[in-house]
Amino acid sequence: MPPLLEVRNLRTEFRTGAGVVRAVDGVSYSVDPGETVAVVGESGSGKSVGALSILRLIPSPPGRVVGGEVIFGGRDLMKLSDAEMREVRGGEIGMVFQEPMTSLNPVLSIGRQITEMIEQHRGTDRAAAEKRAAELLGLVGIADAARRLKQYPHQLSGGMRQRVMIAIALACEPKLIIADEPTTALDVTIQAQILELMQRLTHQLGVALIVITHNLGIVARYAHRVNVMYAGRIVESGPAAAIYHEPHHPYTMALLKSVPRLDRPRQARLDPIEGQPPDLTRLDRGCSFRARCRFALESCAQATPHLDPIGAPGQLAACFRSGDLALETGRAA
Amino acid sequence: MSVVAEARVVAPQTSQRPLVEVRGLKMHFPITEGIIARRKIGEVKAVDGVNLTIGRGETMGLVGESGCGKTTMGRCILRLETPTEGEILYDGVDIAGLDRKALTALRRRIQVIFQDPYSSLNPRQKVGTILAEPMKVHGIEPDATKREAKVRELLRTCGLNPNFADRYPHEMSGGQRQRVGIARALAVDPEFIVCDEAVSALDVSIQAQIINLLEDLREKFNLTYLFIAHDLSVVRHLCQRVAVMYLGHVVELASCDEVFDNPLHPYTKALLAAVPVPDPTVEADRSFQPLMGEVPSPINPPPGCVFHPRCPIAVDNCRQIIPELRELRPGHWVACSQVA
Repeated sequence: MPPLLEVRNLRTEFRTGAGVVRAVDGVSYSVDPGETVAVVGESGSGKSVGALSILRLIPSPPGRVVGGEVIFGGRDLMKLSDAEMREVRGGEIGMVFQEPMTSLNPVLSIGRQITEMIEQHRGTDRAAAEKRAAELLGLVGIADAARRLKQYPHQLSGGMRQRVMIAIALACEPKLIIADEPTTALDVTIQAQILELMQRLTHQLGVALIVITHNLGIVARYAHRVNVMYAGRIVESGPAAAIYHEPHHPYTMALLKSVPRLDRPRQARLDPIEGQPPDLTRLDRGCSFRARCRFALESCAQATPHLDPIGAPGQLAACFRSGDLALETGRAA
Repeated sequence: MSVVAEARVVAPQTSQRPLVEVRGLKMHFPITEGIIARRKIGEVKAVDGVNLTIGRGETMGLVGESGCGKTTMGRCILRLETPTEGEILYDGVDIAGLDRKALTALRRRIQVIFQDPYSSLNPRQKVGTILAEPMKVHGIEPDATKREAKVRELLRTCGLNPNFADRYPHEMSGGQRQRVGIARALAVDPEFIVCDEAVSALDVSIQAQIINLLEDLREKFNLTYLFIAHDLSVVRHLCQRVAVMYLGHVVELASCDEVFDNPLHPYTKALLAAVPVPDPTVEADRSFQPLMGEVPSPINPPPGCVFHPRCPIAVDNCRQIIPELRELRPGHWVACSQVA
């Protein structure tokens, strides 16, 4: 089965006063139909910019997608006209953003925002769209749809608003939903409700999901596959279980070690990753993690490592030392 | 060092009176209506009858979701709010009703670290000025040269290059700014620090650095922390005891391992189950039912137990009787009539 989405060597730059920021620097991955892929990374790793680039939502200027292909449904999204792209966005690809208060229109009722979507993409009349909107609210677990459809975003709680965002994303029966930090602004119990809802609906409707998050717990609970990003590149990628249990990139290893665990009594001091992420305007040809990497050699400054297969089937890591790393960490443990 | 520092000589913990003792604390914020004649039409019961003690040298965690009153608790103990009712005994003295002058003296002993390292530092002041300011206010190191030396020492203590004294906050990363915020709190040699979501705005790799720093400082300066956070994993790592708050009430209070391994209150259980663990194998074996509904409004909290509308084990009685915190196991306090 061909993948639903294939991103090939995507590159996005921002021109700033300080120089050119290579926010996404040659990212390639694919998403299969119905699959949940997580993109994890810290601020500035390029995880959100990568997703927005797929949807061609990068504000230009200052940003620009400078290279790469995004194959979705047999077409390269980068080559579509603006009108065709508008059809894809919200039609075949749904979107859920972090802050539902700023991504919903404050002066339109909830009902209007859902029906607008359906009328635009499906060309249905108002009455049919309203019926579908009520159905969608039921689907995302909002009771009393008739009353809710007349309300405005400020009258809803954060969790409710995110449910509305999901209803809008699902309105046109997309094949893929891109969710950028969908629950970061929500409390834990509400976060759990929303994530369970998204998981249930994507399974039920066979929708693929790209979830962008910095939360390693969410990834472990919901993702089939994971892309770990650092300084604009994917440094490790593979099935979730492999990434967590046998990471092959020093950044992934360090990241997993630096988070405190809820399910374990405190053992010792945390093992943080020393230093700061690099300045994206001053990236050189070497591996961008080497300054913080405890396994780095001088040769790591010479070239950028490629994502190569290592470890479990489907696992890839971009590190010159992945091979001997397994030995070293094995000895340490 | 100062007199305050000498007073911190550590005696066995059990024989001491607690550093902070909160009794029946209530903080109700009025909701008003009208422009000229403001009438009170209701109140937000942010904190509604809380008892809490914090021992010397202890790190007490305060967890809960938005609007549960944890930050208001912290602000009351800092006396940034004047509580509506109740006592806050700090080292045996009730500080709930202190006047401005007495508060200034108190603030040398109690300091705060805020969540957002971007908005809590003055963007127009250099780091050196930011750190020297509290010393000036409290008359510590009146000599400018010595003060400057202390600023440099503070920066070094908090893991920053002493030359950062000449930088402005915008020239630093989030993690570095948070270190400045910590250095500022330490500038007056406090004994007690309220950390209000002090690591929540930071990326994971930086968060671990700051958590380690906070632990080092606690040991080095014999500090006591009230650690307010919504991230339960961080609390488990950093705290000795934890209080779980819901809608203005403490619903469970126990040692850290006790709360996380044997939670008794249904809210604590649901809260813990909702947090995903960074391990796919553990997650695959965990089954959980997300808590239904949302936190009710603190303006009009439910009668009886405030948790009953969302509680899976609520019975009729829960709608009428407000449960007291009971000590069900040694040191493990729970406010629920249904658990034994």
